[in-house]
Amino acid sequence: MSTAAPAKTKYEAVIGLETHCQLNTATKIFSPISTEFGALPNSNISPICLGYPGVLPVLNETVLEYAVKAGLALNCAIAPYSKFDRKQYFYPDLPKNYQISQFDLPIAEHGSLEIELYDKKTGTIERKTIGITRLHMEEDAGKLVHAGSDRLSGSTHSLVDFNRAGVPLLEIVSEPDIRTGAEAAEYGQELRRIVRYLGISDGNMQEGSLRCDVNISVRPEGQQEFGVKVEIKNMNSFSAIQKAIEFEIERQIAAIEAGEPILQETRLWDEGGQKTISMRVKEGSSDYRYFPEPDLPPIEVSVEQRDRWHAELPELPAQKRRRYATELGLSPYDARVLTDDCTVAAYFEAAIANDTHPKQVANWVMGDIAAYLNSEKRDITEIALQPARLAELVNLIEAGTISGKIAKELLPELLTQPVDSVEQLIESRGLIQISDIGAIEKIIDDLLAANPDKVEQFRNGKTKLQGFFIGQIMKQTGGCADPKLTNQLLSQKLKG
Amino acid sequence: MTSIDREQVKKVAHLARLELTPEEEVAFTSQLSRILDYAEQLSELDTEGVPPTTRAIETSNITRPDTLEPFPNREALLSEAPERDDEFFRVPQILDSED
Repeated sequence: MSTAAPAKTKYEAVIGLETHCQLNTATKIFSPISTEFGALPNSNISPICLGYPGVLPVLNETVLEYAVKAGLALNCAIAPYSKFDRKQYFYPDLPKNYQISQFDLPIAEHGSLEIELYDKKTGTIERKTIGITRLHMEEDAGKLVHAGSDRLSGSTHSLVDFNRAGVPLLEIVSEPDIRTGAEAAEYGQELRRIVRYLGISDGNMQEGSLRCDVNISVRPEGQQEFGVKVEIKNMNSFSAIQKAIEFEIERQIAAIEAGEPILQETRLWDEGGQKTISMRVKEGSSDYRYFPEPDLPPIEVSVEQRDRWHAELPELPAQKRRRYATELGLSPYDARVLTDDCTVAAYFEAAIANDTHPKQVANWVMGDIAAYLNSEKRDITEIALQPARLAELVNLIEAGTISGKIAKELLPELLTQPVDSVEQLIESRGLIQISDIGAIEKIIDDLLAANPDKVEQFRNGKTKLQGFFIGQIMKQTGGCADPKLTNQLLSQKLKG
Repeated sequence: MTSIDREQVKKVAHLARLELTPEEEVAFTSQLSRILDYAEQLSELDTEGVPPTTRAIETSNITRPDTLEPFPNREALLSEAPERDDEFFRVPQILDSED
């Protein structure tokens, strides 16, 4: 708008993520009560969950194991001495008026997570390391249902369901190393892959087992000090995280350019409106009055115990991606898709263990099988086609025993009906590819003899008729004629 | 020696959601000060070279297996609530999420 057009200031965003991940243990963190999702309200509660006087919380040993494993997977230093603390605040979903959490001695600190940013246009990847400040164990709060209104404001009273109170959480805090919405979304996805690979959480964002809060500020590029930090909550998908950040970056830059102050506040992502809205302005830092939880003795993880748990870690997604690219020669894209879900990766690896071409298996898993799983809303562990049978199918194509086309036609049946041998099946169906030159030549000769007019037309330039002849041959052979060979032989014969 | 003033008492009372009368504020200011002064005696000890601790008893790593033991008397827990609404605990209107 201004005619003088001053040099435009470039801004960069400084973003950190705070992630809460629900662990999939059978029981709560400090009581032997079920963690089941979706149970009847207040059916999974006990005097410990409700904070009755005189009860004694006892740490679930599996929570500790999962926390240490997650810490190790995130390259953290595991604290040799760790403790729990009480974080005091009042809210009706918090029965004890304090949350048992970890304050100054978290179980894991100083880690890192490598993310891989895939460029769709070039098919290349860029790797970036995001620091992990800390990881600690804590308990979840209950759930509020606001009555008289679907929102807090306007409700006449609220109902509390304490089933979730005491469900174990890992809180994972990143360093402010993230710069874009895409990086934040990828960080969240990589965290989810890791907890799923470890088998410690289902990482389901819709059900709230994985919740990400974003801290974001904007500053002119090159400036050392941070801008005013805003917190964004309420994103229930990775794309929502990305969009909320992209919206917030633009909002903050526009405010700075307009000379308006940025308030230190909490904002909510409004999915319907695709914007962030102010929830509350933070006045000073909260006074949680942390102090050591006297009911829970400290945790001392010995070097031996840590090393034992370390040895139990599976191959992690980043390691798998590298190995698929370097050892199996797959593209970065294929490696990403195959390793995204650990059950798919396990299936793929079981299939290629049968001396099968990795790229061919990858194509089936990422193509027809993935399409089927998608349309049927199924998991790869639920299909009838065992990895070894897929390997057999791929090897039969490679050997020229069946054509790729026949294999594709067989697939829907193989996905739903278990078979002992794909080879036996194709034999019994008479689907074995005809690759015998003499046999194919005989068919072609007969066909050309029966259609002299069409041969004449072809030779006069109507080359499209080649398709007609191929079609006839396939029809006669039930699709079993080797397509490549047939094409070659037919071309030769048509040319005369 | 007064180790706590009235403003601090007001702040602590607010954090604990206690409503104090002005008389109580005065009374608690001197009472809390006396308690703090009493505890202050500990600083007479020479703790130079003594590592800090977070516990009073020498015990650590008390855990339990991840085994389900449901609490059998749900009804008793719900009926203890000051207010209930069928299978929910009922709480008054939440006006300000910060307060």
